[in-house]
Amino acid sequence: MSLLRKVMSGFVLFVSLFIGSLCAAEPEYSTLNLRPGVTENSQRVFDLHMEVVWIMLAVAGLVFAAILFAVIRFRKSNHPTPAKFSHSTTLEIIWTVIPILILAYLAKPAIGLLLDMEDTTKADMSVKVTGKQWYWEYEYLDSSVKFASRLSTPVEVYDNRNNEPVEKGENYLLEVDNELVLPVGKKIRFLLTSSDVIHSWWMPDFAVKMDAIPGFVNETWTRIDKPGVYRGVCAELCGALHGFMPIVVRALPQAEYDQWVETKLAEKAEAERLAAEAAAKNWSMEDLMAKGKEVYDAKCAMCHQKGGEGLGAFPALKGSKIAIESDKIDEHINIIVLGKNMMPKFGEELTDAEIAAVVTYERNAWGNDTKDVVQPARVTELKAGN
Amino acid sequence: MSEKVEKPTNYYVPEQSKLPIIGSVGLFVTVLGAGNYIHNTTGVVKAEEGSLPSIMASMGPYILAIGAFIIFYLMWKWWSTAARESMANMNSAQLDRSYRQGMMWFITSEVMFFAAFFGALWYIRVFALPWLGGEGVDGHKAMTAVLEWPGFQNLWPLTVTPQEAKDGAGASFSAMGAFGLPAINTAILLTSSWTLTIAHHALIDRNRPTLILFTWLTALLGAIFLCLQAYEYYHAYVDLGLTMGSGIYGSTFFMLTGFHGLHVTIGTIFLIVLSIRCSKGHFTPENHFAYEAGAWYWHFVDVVWLFLFVFVYAI
Amino acid sequence: MAHDHHPTGISRWLFTTNHKDIGSMYLWFSFIMFLIGGLMALLIRAELFMPGLQFFEPNFFNSLTTLHGLIMVFGAVMPAFVGLANWLIPMQIGAPDMALPRMNNFSFWILPFAFSLLLLSLVPQLFPDGPPNFGWTFYAPLSTKYGPASTDFFIFGVHLMGISSIMGAINVIVTVFNMRAPGMTLMKMPMFVWTWVITAFLLIMVMPVLAGAVTMMLTDRHFGTSFFDAAGGGDPVMFQHIFWFFGHPEVYIMILPAFGIASHIIPTFSRKPLFGYASMVYATASIAFLSFVVWAHHMFTVGMPVAGELYFMIATMIIAVPTGVKIFNWVATMWKGSITFETPMLFALAFVVLFTLGGVSGVMLAMTPVDKQYHDTYFVVAHFHYVLFPGAIFGTIAAVYYWLPKWTGNMYNETLGKIHFWFSIIAVNITFFPMHFSGLAGMQRRVPDYNMMFEGFNQLSSIGAFMLGFGQLLFLYIVINCVKGGKGKATDQVWEGAEGLEFTHLPSPAPYHSFEQAPEVK
Ligand code: HEA
Ligand code: HEA
Ligand code: HEC
Ligand code: CUA
Ligand SMILES: [Cu+2]
Repeated sequence: MSLLRKVMSGFVLFVSLFIGSLCAAEPEYSTLNLRPGVTENSQRVFDLHMEVVWIMLAVAGLVFAAILFAVIRFRKSNHPTPAKFSHSTTLEIIWTVIPILILAYLAKPAIGLLLDMEDTTKADMSVKVTGKQWYWEYEYLDSSVKFASRLSTPVEVYDNRNNEPVEKGENYLLEVDNELVLPVGKKIRFLLTSSDVIHSWWMPDFAVKMDAIPGFVNETWTRIDKPGVYRGVCAELCGALHGFMPIVVRALPQAEYDQWVETKLAEKAEAERLAAEAAAKNWSMEDLMAKGKEVYDAKCAMCHQKGGEGLGAFPALKGSKIAIESDKIDEHINIIVLGKNMMPKFGEELTDAEIAAVVTYERNAWGNDTKDVVQPARVTELKAGN
Repeated sequence: MSEKVEKPTNYYVPEQSKLPIIGSVGLFVTVLGAGNYIHNTTGVVKAEEGSLPSIMASMGPYILAIGAFIIFYLMWKWWSTAARESMANMNSAQLDRSYRQGMMWFITSEVMFFAAFFGALWYIRVFALPWLGGEGVDGHKAMTAVLEWPGFQNLWPLTVTPQEAKDGAGASFSAMGAFGLPAINTAILLTSSWTLTIAHHALIDRNRPTLILFTWLTALLGAIFLCLQAYEYYHAYVDLGLTMGSGIYGSTFFMLTGFHGLHVTIGTIFLIVLSIRCSKGHFTPENHFAYEAGAWYWHFVDVVWLFLFVFVYAI
Repeated sequence: MAHDHHPTGISRWLFTTNHKDIGSMYLWFSFIMFLIGGLMALLIRAELFMPGLQFFEPNFFNSLTTLHGLIMVFGAVMPAFVGLANWLIPMQIGAPDMALPRMNNFSFWILPFAFSLLLLSLVPQLFPDGPPNFGWTFYAPLSTKYGPASTDFFIFGVHLMGISSIMGAINVIVTVFNMRAPGMTLMKMPMFVWTWVITAFLLIMVMPVLAGAVTMMLTDRHFGTSFFDAAGGGDPVMFQHIFWFFGHPEVYIMILPAFGIASHIIPTFSRKPLFGYASMVYATASIAFLSFVVWAHHMFTVGMPVAGELYFMIATMIIAVPTGVKIFNWVATMWKGSITFETPMLFALAFVVLFTLGGVSGVMLAMTPVDKQYHDTYFVVAHFHYVLFPGAIFGTIAAVYYWLPKWTGNMYNETLGKIHFWFSIIAVNITFFPMHFSGLAGMQRRVPDYNMMFEGFNQLSSIGAFMLGFGQLLFLYIVINCVKGGKGKATDQVWEGAEGLEFTHLPSPAPYHSFEQAPEVK
């Protein structure tokens, strides 16, 4: 039976290693434990978590110790004649009541904390977060800033299959093109919804995880204490690229935040002006192709792939009828503007010029040599007709 | 299996049987057919003409028909075997109890099947629709109506869905009233429960003519109920514009009444078989498990209807 | 009266009405499913060995996760328990067979067909858009509006499995209520029988609800209903409520019979009667009752009203109390016993220890405010594999070692059994313990790729998984070896301390029809 003892002690070692590593864990970005985070609530969640961990380890430890003692002390070679007892009301009452007390002790702080976490009233500002396959869209309800936020790491970096191995950055799945910028010290209410399937907006540093449900608007909130960059992910299976829709929050002091809003609004006005200008002008084939490639690689390649060859449920565009037959140009534009099933609608996100460019690009890239040139005016016209 | 046997005292384990495997194959073929049939009619299969999936889809109806035939054959065989065994006195009192308890638990599972749909109806009416209609409290779903469904009002029967309200469309159908056909149907089912009870008592009192008459009468009431329900559906689709696609009202309405109707159909067939068996003198006051099973089933269908009448039609 | 000629060949298995034959078929079926589901787990672990996409498209990875979960839950664990019920319940209550033998055969033979429907979806020629890919929980609308074509066959597969489970459950309940030997009162029934009656009751209550859920999915997909679509007045979250009303009792369906098994093995090898029999029965019943009223603890992030969250948190935590009673009773059974460590006992001990570990992480998950951090991370994956692998699977393995000599008349190879045990327990911890860490540190579930910081623990998990998987092939060998003769004949009592009708009243191997005449139970 020495083997048994060895393994049992191995197990004790294992558990103590676990405990030890919890203690030793660096408070930030631990690979072992929750993050304490940067808000009051996330701190409280962390503290409650640690308290539960210890109590649970103590409970489990007690059970293990009793079993260990029993198997050593009462093994047959050591204790050849078994006792005969088979019940004890006192004992049974004791081990019913003690767990109840432990649970009650745990429930009390949990209830208080939960009530605070769910109280989204009296917020200073609101951000609407819309989950989409597979990126997030943020809309600041107080300042009408609105943008989409996507994984910015190119597919070659995370797809090891057909690519030369590429050095992956520390946070290669946690980089986005447009960060969600938030002020510190303000109570920020998030309004979550989705335009397709259920997503879940999870920011570990805020201890905020809330599902984005199509057709309903969920609420949650945070108040960030420390400026910095915080990273999170989508936490509800939402289809193929569920693992590739990260969240990055940049928390700024109020003054810098206000400035950011200013620039964002100015950028928006400028972009609108440029878009209108671009839509009005007649583009050359080269310009359209260059612009189109840029848009395609950023927005479309993740599904339809770089070379237009498609992937599983995502149809190939290379050689696809819609992209080579000359009577299908309008259909081609429309599917991008309106979307279809799993194909997202891009009518709002892309300008007319960008749509024209990407259509031109798709009709002339990868051997789709149609020589078709699509001008923004046609897109504007079709949009108006919808 | 048909040798004459005296009432067994120890337990009867039936010998090998081909029925279960036939049934399993039948179920498999049926659902294979049903799935492909659905794909055929709804065009889910995006595959090229002539490819395997589209060939399968186009064969769906035939596969389904074969499956249904196997199932029908199986049920016929299974129950006639069971009836033969029962009449050959092969079933001990213990086995008789097993059958009864088995039937009871089967009905329990049926109750839970309906509970899923009633649960859906209650959840929708108590939680989902108020939230969609802007009755969420501050801090909890209060913004749903504002941001997602402007203009939507939570009124039951829900003749304007959130999407329709948002698009500014008007009511697309009218709801089914409670006090026309449904009330008549309630009366019919209640009466049928009563006639069935009379028949059952007649069985116990060895009153054959009454037994046969009232069992037939019950089956007939069941059939009338079904005809009226068919007419009700016709009325809904043609006059009221109420279909399965009529938002959540149409969904719950047709799901609940539809599955109930299916059960009435099964029950009615059951009663017809029982009536025939009554005429053939299959049942004795001591030995009539099948009759009781049918009666329980019918009462269960009846009680479900009462719930339907209250929750689907009346309130 | 009973038919003693022993049918042979394939027709023996196809047409059988014998509880032992059917039990064997269930057990073999479940083992095959375990290997297939396990193979998928190994593919998952291979993909997760390194950051970056190694082998699979993300979509296919999701399919692997989905099929792994579904096959393990519905194909491996549940049929294994039904198989054990078939073998053991008639022997333990002194009956010749199950109450409804033909239905028994029916409920088995549905299963291979149901699972071929599911596995057919892996054939790309039939399903170009791939197998189900929405997780074993198949939340709407990912499974309704966005599900691939194979979803419809998945739905019908679930219907068939439900029919099978309900028939199996009815059979167990009726057998137990109706076929006990004279003198076998309810409170004298062996614990395995008790846990199975309660499990059967759970099955009858929840499988129809699952059938209802998939039926609504089907009509939402193809017949225009809008149960799970807000645009028509429905609610996607309603799907989750209905699913978990089934799903939570389902997880106890996967553990209660294992509790019963431990309650036989621990007393036998402690040579001491089970401590607190009555409280074991009541605790099991309370767990079953509570399992109906805690379902939404899987949904703490869907945005329930806060009162609901509080209620579900507290109700869930209470389950720890009756479960604790069971754990403590087992410890008290060993206390002052005279313990030996044959393979079944080793697995039963590991079951108690590691289930406790999985149970306490369950209590952590039950606490709503912290679950908002744990939910949908590998911490949850760690929790449920601890209660499922060393719980349900070790329980089943322990049962097979314990009763195999009774079934076959031969002793298995004890040395190999011990090797199997030590190998498994080490591998299971290497596989699943690190998942606690990666989950807490922020790795979400159901992803084919992860950040650099999680690399170490994932590699550990992957290595453990392959050890664990290949370790189970040894189990296969031991069982086949035992069926073929093993280490010589087993005695009728098999184990020194074994009690119960199957050991005291029946020879080894047990006769084809267990009790032709009911034994007298005192
Ligand atoms: C066999 C299966 C099984 C079992 C038995 C359990 C048992 C328990 N489970 Fe688990 N669970 C699953 C299978 C199981 N679970 C699965 C599969 C999932 C994931 C589903 C999915 O999303 O895919 C899940 C997920 C899951 C969640 C959701 C997590 C999330 O997604 O966010 C929660 C939350 O409450 C939970 C809680 C519990 C609790 C409280 C128990 C309790 O029953 C545990 C009770 C046991 C003990 C507590 C240990 C022994 C007791 C003592 C020694 C007494 C003293 C103890 C104390 C005082 C604490 N489980
Ligand atoms: C009883 C249930 C059970 C069991 C036993 C297991 C066993 C295992 N599970 Fe599983 N698991 C689940 C139930 C179970 N799991 C569920 C319900 C989910 C959730 C699914 C979801 O999210 O929807 C899940 C999810 C899940 C994940 C998360 C996936 C994700 O989120 O993307 C992972 C990742 O590591 C995993 C790993 C493993 C491993 C390594 C094993 C190992 O124990 C496996 C051991 C391996 C073998 C036993 C294979 C032996 C076979 C061979 C050696 C080859 C021979 C084969 C043939 C000839 C066919 N499981
Ligand atoms: C989220 C993944 C995704 C992204 C991103 C995406 N698409 Fe698609 N696309 C799809 C899917 C899925 C379809 C198939 C839709 C259907 O028919 O059901 C599709 C269809 C199309 C089609 C029609 C193809 C055919 O053969 O019918 C075109 C053209 C197209 N997409 C262009 C684009 C362009 C341009 C972009 C970027 C601006 C883009 N897509 C981005 C998923 C995507
Ligand atoms: Cu979005 Cu997962
Ligand atoms: Cu649960």
